[in-house]
Amino acid sequence: MSASWVVDVLFWLLAAGSLVTGWLVFRTDSMVRAAFWLLASFVGVGAMVIMLGAEFIGIVLILMMAGEMLIMAIIMVMFMMNPAGLNPMFMVHQHRASIVAGTTAFLGLAIVAVLTSFPDRPVASGVDATEQLGFELLGGSMLAFQTAGVALLSTMIGAVVLANRQGRYGSADEGSIEPDLDPEPSAEDPGSGTVSDAAGGRS
Amino acid sequence: MSLEAVLIVAGGLFGIGLYGALSQQSFVMLMMGLELMVNAAILALAGLWAASAGGNPQGSMLAVVFMTVMAVEMAMGFALITNVYRIRKADITEKLKRLKR
Repeated sequence: MSASWVVDVLFWLLAAGSLVTGWLVFRTDSMVRAAFWLLASFVGVGAMVIMLGAEFIGIVLILMMAGEMLIMAIIMVMFMMNPAGLNPMFMVHQHRASIVAGTTAFLGLAIVAVLTSFPDRPVASGVDATEQLGFELLGGSMLAFQTAGVALLSTMIGAVVLANRQGRYGSADEGSIEPDLDPEPSAEDPGSGTVSDAAGGRS
Repeated sequence: MSLEAVLIVAGGLFGIGLYGALSQQSFVMLMMGLELMVNAAILALAGLWAASAGGNPQGSMLAVVFMTVMAVEMAMGFALITNVYRIRKADITEKLKRLKR
């Protein structure tokens, strides 16, 4: 069992690394650097998931987060002030309540983790988790898997609709204002003309 | 590497994420807190899958669903940030005290 302590040391290094980098996300001045600290935290968690035996999930987590965090960094540069961290940044509200909430959540979860007696059913040796997951995805859990795919498709459509410059009720730059649903608008109200035209066409 | 250790680390990540999601003013930093919380959930799920579910592949399937939730949250969040910035020039939560102008 000489490899056991190596695994333990590696696990605690990864755990400490992902916790510290997760904390640094909210402590750095630069928002771009925050995105990369979060990526580092995700890489640590992905490595821990791989160590637990779920290689596929861990690798997919790291790959997905690498892409997501790069997009996040680009969003930071585009929209946020101070992306490079040239000035000190500490933009928080309800700070004390947040610290209390975070600490309480951690303590509660830790107490549950220590006091609960979970069933002891470790993964049998020689099991290929990736192969089993593949058969599960295209077998028993196919409906859930396909539903996740449809959810992602509708998310793509929704994101395009939301980020589109020309919204349903006019240009997004001016602020889209929904026309009123008055079926007989007054003559000096051209904004709702299209609605009444459409209503007239139906009747 | 015991199950308790994994769950405690996951609890720590969840606590940090909750702190970030509640305290940050910037939309994107707030989303980072949410991501950390989902990440902690994935870690706890992997620990329970490996130590007390016997490597049931449905546990891995649940992790895939968690990652879908992460991706959906991220994409919709960015789209909303783009939209809100365009219409209100808002990049922090304090500028959105009212839903309607």
